[in-house]
Amino acid sequence: MRLFKFTKAVDFMKVKIPAILLSTVLVLGSLFSLFTQGLNLGLDFTGGTVIEVKFEQQADLSKVRNALAENGFADAQVAYFGTSQDVMIRIAPRQELDQKAIGEQVLTTLNTVAETPVTVRKVDIVGSSVGDELKEDGFLAVLAALVVILLYVAARFEWRFSVGAVASLLHDVIITMGLFSVFRLEFDLTVLAAILALIGYSINDTIVVFDRIREMFRKMRDATVDETVNEAITSTLSRTTMTSFTTALTLIVLFFMGGTMIHGFATALLFGIAIGTYSSIYIASSIAVLLGASREDLMPTVIEKEGEGTPSV
Amino acid sequence: MVVVVLTVSMIYALPNIYPEDPSLQISATRGAEVSADKVAVLEQALQKNQLAVKSVVLEKGQILARFSSAEDQLKAREVIAAELGQDYVTALNMAPATPAWLAGIGASPMKLGLDLRGGVHFLMEVDMKTAMEKNVNDLVQIYRTDLREAKIRYSGVTADLLKQQVVIRFRTAEDVAAAKAALSKKDQDMTFNEGDDNTLIASFSEQRLKALREDAVAQNITIIRNRVNAIGVAEPLVQRQGAERIVVQLPGVQDTARAKEILGATATLEFRLLDETADVQSALAGRVPPSAELFYDRNGNPVVLQKRVMLTGNHIVGANAGYDENGRPRVSIDLDAKGGNSMSAGTKDAIGKPMATVFIEYKPTDKKDANGKTIMEKKQEVVSVATIQARLGRSFQITGLDAPGEAQNLAVLLRAGALIAPILIVEERTIGPSLGQENIDLGLSAIMWGMIAVLVFMVIYYKWFGVIANIALAANLVMLIGIMSMVPGATLTLPGMAGIVLTVGMAVDANVLIFERIREELAEGRSAIHAIHEGYDRAFATIADSNVTTLLVALILFGVGTGPVKGFAVTLALGICTSIFTAVLVSRVLVNLIWGQRRGSELPV
Repeated sequence: MRLFKFTKAVDFMKVKIPAILLSTVLVLGSLFSLFTQGLNLGLDFTGGTVIEVKFEQQADLSKVRNALAENGFADAQVAYFGTSQDVMIRIAPRQELDQKAIGEQVLTTLNTVAETPVTVRKVDIVGSSVGDELKEDGFLAVLAALVVILLYVAARFEWRFSVGAVASLLHDVIITMGLFSVFRLEFDLTVLAAILALIGYSINDTIVVFDRIREMFRKMRDATVDETVNEAITSTLSRTTMTSFTTALTLIVLFFMGGTMIHGFATALLFGIAIGTYSSIYIASSIAVLLGASREDLMPTVIEKEGEGTPSV
Repeated sequence: MVVVVLTVSMIYALPNIYPEDPSLQISATRGAEVSADKVAVLEQALQKNQLAVKSVVLEKGQILARFSSAEDQLKAREVIAAELGQDYVTALNMAPATPAWLAGIGASPMKLGLDLRGGVHFLMEVDMKTAMEKNVNDLVQIYRTDLREAKIRYSGVTADLLKQQVVIRFRTAEDVAAAKAALSKKDQDMTFNEGDDNTLIASFSEQRLKALREDAVAQNITIIRNRVNAIGVAEPLVQRQGAERIVVQLPGVQDTARAKEILGATATLEFRLLDETADVQSALAGRVPPSAELFYDRNGNPVVLQKRVMLTGNHIVGANAGYDENGRPRVSIDLDAKGGNSMSAGTKDAIGKPMATVFIEYKPTDKKDANGKTIMEKKQEVVSVATIQARLGRSFQITGLDAPGEAQNLAVLLRAGALIAPILIVEERTIGPSLGQENIDLGLSAIMWGMIAVLVFMVIYYKWFGVIANIALAANLVMLIGIMSMVPGATLTLPGMAGIVLTVGMAVDANVLIFERIREELAEGRSAIHAIHEGYDRAFATIADSNVTTLLVALILFGVGTGPVKGFAVTLALGICTSIFTAVLVSRVLVNLIWGQRRGSELPV
């Protein structure tokens, strides 16, 4: 079976300016949202307390809220979680001293409301200093990943391609984070992990295209840069969409079957891979071309590898 | 080669399919070994209570008893606890039922993270600020003594807690210079700087600060480990994280309140002289002299000690276990300046007299008071009685201990008494057992359905070559599980399971690249053999290039992530490596075996 059968190359480069404009708008929109309303950061980053309990009967949220407010937790956010028997309680960080006892206090309070004792599913208490550090570390990790990739691609290809690759990665990361910001989805540590995994994934696609561009430059001696890049993207299109598709398949399974802890993770990757596939096709090479990448740039830096240098028949 | 690698990983992946036995892990307190005769004692006790036991074995100084049901396990725990008494700790555990021949080659199932097993996770921070304040205050004492001994006149020694410095004021510049020379000769780890108005400022050097922090963290880890062992948790984890943090994971523990109380229990030490005038028998009968107090040692023998405390544990700055010149185990103890003074004053007239070390610990009990707070029980125990051989100063030794293990433990206890840096809990996570099992089920079904979706799709899209890719994918999964089971540090978490699902989706990428390449080569009119050869060779460079970057990202993630996310990084990184192996090598071997001899240019791809 084959999805794509092209007799000649698709002219992706024709739309490079509109594509970059569209992406710029998306990136600016995401940045606007990120700066104005920020991210709905999860407990991992903000610190505080999250408690998940299961009631034997249907839980009355207003009763729970009142009981908590009476016991000094007026700021507690109480919500159903899955079913009406599962309740999630979120409390902002306190002084370290109080912090220690919060878990027990809340559970004692809950048991006064419930007819039969509640079952604890999860208690997470994170100090605000730990959260702050994680924020910093997370930011540094994303930065480190981008720098490492910038250097690697620059070494294996050429700086224009490297800039194109990293720009398209940044684009993926910012827009995915923008999605989380616009829709107020919770951004926790697993989502950060997903963003990093996304960087690794999206660069895969881009490198496959770049590899082919290099090869095409060698094969199509008389073609223009645009024609060569079009040919390279067209011939890898089948592979790019196929891999994205199988990965998306497993992510859809994760989204629906992985449970709530994995939800954010699956959302970030699913959306990120869609954006990443788009940027690998339309953005990464376009930027490299606009920066003036040419045949000559790639030729001298190439390290001859087995099989690659064999002339085509 | 391919066959060997696959067989080995399959063998090591095998233990994961065997179920676990509910079991009890019995160890002796104070790090002693459980003797072999206890095995028979336990078997008898269990038989008497009509509890069926699968096996009772002694391993590495611990007894492991397996049961066929969790119900038996809980009943047996009570029986055993009653039978063995306080000197043994019984922990509930799930022991993997790995067959002997697999266990023999070191195969064991994957370790599950807390989010899959249920339990408590604490992140503790060593409070260096308090520790440093104590250090600075100690130095003030030490410098006063040192300067007096060196006959250098000073007008004041003060602690600057904010800057963590000691400021010494003098009357003349000559005194400053003399003091600087004298003090820096004695204490080379400190930096001495002359300040304004004839002052000398002593501050900690970088190395000294680092050493102090290392000590504080190492010490706290030892103490916590000891206490964790006393709670009776199977496979606890106590590990350093970063510069000043300690991770404690207690699988299976649900009562966080109790766990915290035990971990945060305070312990102190006292040194007292033995009251030799008192009669032990009459003291036992209730007639204790007014100047004395009745204590017991760990074997329950009564000891009468003087009421006057010669020294308390907070003056201890260090304690190390070792051997004396006769080869007997001993513990050498270092005291701070004040402790040194009172110790030498106290022992001046006590040469030849026996001195006892009393360990005092506040332990939580099961009882609660009217306000719902746990009642703390003061536990006092004489840990050693030794004769003072000579006048003791800033450092001295205790001998008369039974075993090297005991000396080791006493040293830890002594350091616990010193507890240079208090610890704070900065993060706490509890996962209920039902949630853990739920997570396992979710993860497994996600892996299964993700796998099925990809398998079906590959067959539809690439026909027979899709089948090959699927075989490679299955091999990849087996290899990944095999390696996860082999690597000691690898832990499976829920995000880790998500990582496996993701790997399944991404692993076919390499095969997709190869197959697309083969299709292209065929379209260009090459023969089947050629197309296969070229397809694999040419695709490999691309596969390597694109995977190196993902691997780098996985490594970064491993560095930043904690707990569950680290688990994700591990499966992602291992998954990349195994997928390259299976997608490139395994599938190539298969493709060559089946279509390698085919002439013509038709391939079922």
